[in-house]
Amino acid sequence: MALTREQVENIAHLARLELEPAQIPRFQQNLSSIVDFIGELERAQTAGVPPMAHPLPGLTQRLRADAVTETDERELYQKNAPQVAAGLYLVPKVIE
Amino acid sequence: MYRQTLTQLAAELRARRVSSVELVRAFLARIEASQSTLNAFVTVTAEQALAQAEAADRALGAGRGGPLEGVPFGHKDLFCTAGVRTTCGSRMLENFISPYDATVVSRLKAAGAVMLGKLNMDEFAMGSSNETSYFGPVRNPWNPALVPGGSSGGSAAAVAARLLPAATATDTGGSIRQPAAFCGVTGIKPTYGRVSRYGMIAFASSLDQGGVIAASAEDTARVLREMAGFDPRDSTSVDAPVPDYLAGLEQSLSGLKIGVLKEFFDTGLDPAYERCVREALAVFERLGASVREVSLPNIPLSVPAYYVVAPAECSSNLARYDGVRFGHRCAEARDLEDLYKRSRSEGFGAEVKRRIMTGTYVLSAGYYDAYYLKAQRVRRLITSDFARAFGEVDLLMGPTTPTPAFELGAKVADPITMYLNDIYTISANLAGLPAMSVPCGFAAGLPAGLQIIGPHFAEARLLNAAHRYQRETDWHLRIPEAYA
Repeated sequence: MALTREQVENIAHLARLELEPAQIPRFQQNLSSIVDFIGELERAQTAGVPPMAHPLPGLTQRLRADAVTETDERELYQKNAPQVAAGLYLVPKVIE
Repeated sequence: MYRQTLTQLAAELRARRVSSVELVRAFLARIEASQSTLNAFVTVTAEQALAQAEAADRALGAGRGGPLEGVPFGHKDLFCTAGVRTTCGSRMLENFISPYDATVVSRLKAAGAVMLGKLNMDEFAMGSSNETSYFGPVRNPWNPALVPGGSSGGSAAAVAARLLPAATATDTGGSIRQPAAFCGVTGIKPTYGRVSRYGMIAFASSLDQGGVIAASAEDTARVLREMAGFDPRDSTSVDAPVPDYLAGLEQSLSGLKIGVLKEFFDTGLDPAYERCVREALAVFERLGASVREVSLPNIPLSVPAYYVVAPAECSSNLARYDGVRFGHRCAEARDLEDLYKRSRSEGFGAEVKRRIMTGTYVLSAGYYDAYYLKAQRVRRLITSDFARAFGEVDLLMGPTTPTPAFELGAKVADPITMYLNDIYTISANLAGLPAMSVPCGFAAGLPAGLQIIGPHFAEARLLNAAHRYQRETDWHLRIPEAYA
């Protein structure tokens, strides 16, 4: 199935990616061939087969005790932040 | 000294016939000399390694120290290392200094391993040739015109060229086994949940698993013993005892039932490569194992199922890179959406973008059932195929890859051609099974890999079989001429 330019632009938007206009045809071609390739799954007989999200069947998600295990490491963590001030992460103005 | 295995080096250190400082200096010199050709490392931590080696020598001198005390080691640059840059092969994390150690890193540190640096890899572990790394491709020590495989190409190339006796690696669809095969070294991907994923930068969380690449099965057993085990910080870590992987290595293979995966001997398999694998199977027969063909009819659907499940999980995992809390941020964002979009577009390479977009597509409204749920159903069919097979045989074997290493640039134009490199490795990830690649000869002068797949938590059985095979053969001891 060939994806249209609009479809590719929409997927990029949903994924919060900005593609340069010149790159779009390449992505359109690549993604169309990937969609064709995964389309092979259609021929699999899967009626009545439950979906499998986890490779070790029977294991349930473990819960831990509701106890404080981590200490405040804000300063350390914010060393990796591109822009901080007064212990806060800075982003462009959101509310006018 | 560099020609010795990790097992030998650990014994030499313990007997004080060599010091950790001497070993670390020798390996650092080899790393430095190879870097312009192989590009196996993203970061070399020489100063820190020498300080750690001095401490290891003091511990060994006092009769203390862990099982890997003083042994030079490397980590794939996907494992977080406190205070050391952790890039995941991406511009996005070019300047990311991890505030903490991955569990694998802290366990190996506690065992005494000395980290010499962080190994190059495909960006976010997405690739089969190491060509998607932002820090440039790694080259194959057997021939620098060829790729080392990926995504753990740096780990495999470094061990093959004896720049390190062993290194960590990770495997989501073949990223330990495929480069191990291409570089002629031994690699093990354990059962999903066996090794903690805490501090392992996520790509596809239901498939990712950490493991090790080394020269021999015995070496991988020695390292895995230290890495494996329950970790409360990883909610999918399995709370089950870890057997002593070294204890069973010498066991006889008499009576072992080996299934040969029929679907792996398809038309895509290189004939010279196939001969190597068939000869390896004959060695197992001589060791007392029985060999018979086994068919897993749903295996041909592994690659398409994987290219739905893995990108879906990738698109969700990589949503965290927003240019706000850590990672690359674009200059002069107009608003929040512009900040997200441009930071991500500048920070990610083309392959990562393709995977994110594929994942976004298969999870988007109207396609979720047709692709994502369908792939998860197929995943169960494949897993059931394996379960049936392991009702009849103890281990499954076949080639690790369809061909030996290929030339740089040969497969970059078409993503599907690249994806099909992992045609024999992906199914073990979908089913969460432990699997190894073991050197089994040379096809037209290039290393070929025998793949061994076992039932869940049968790492000891895999290592036993691989070790007994390596006692009969010396493929795993061959070193590329330029590094011998």
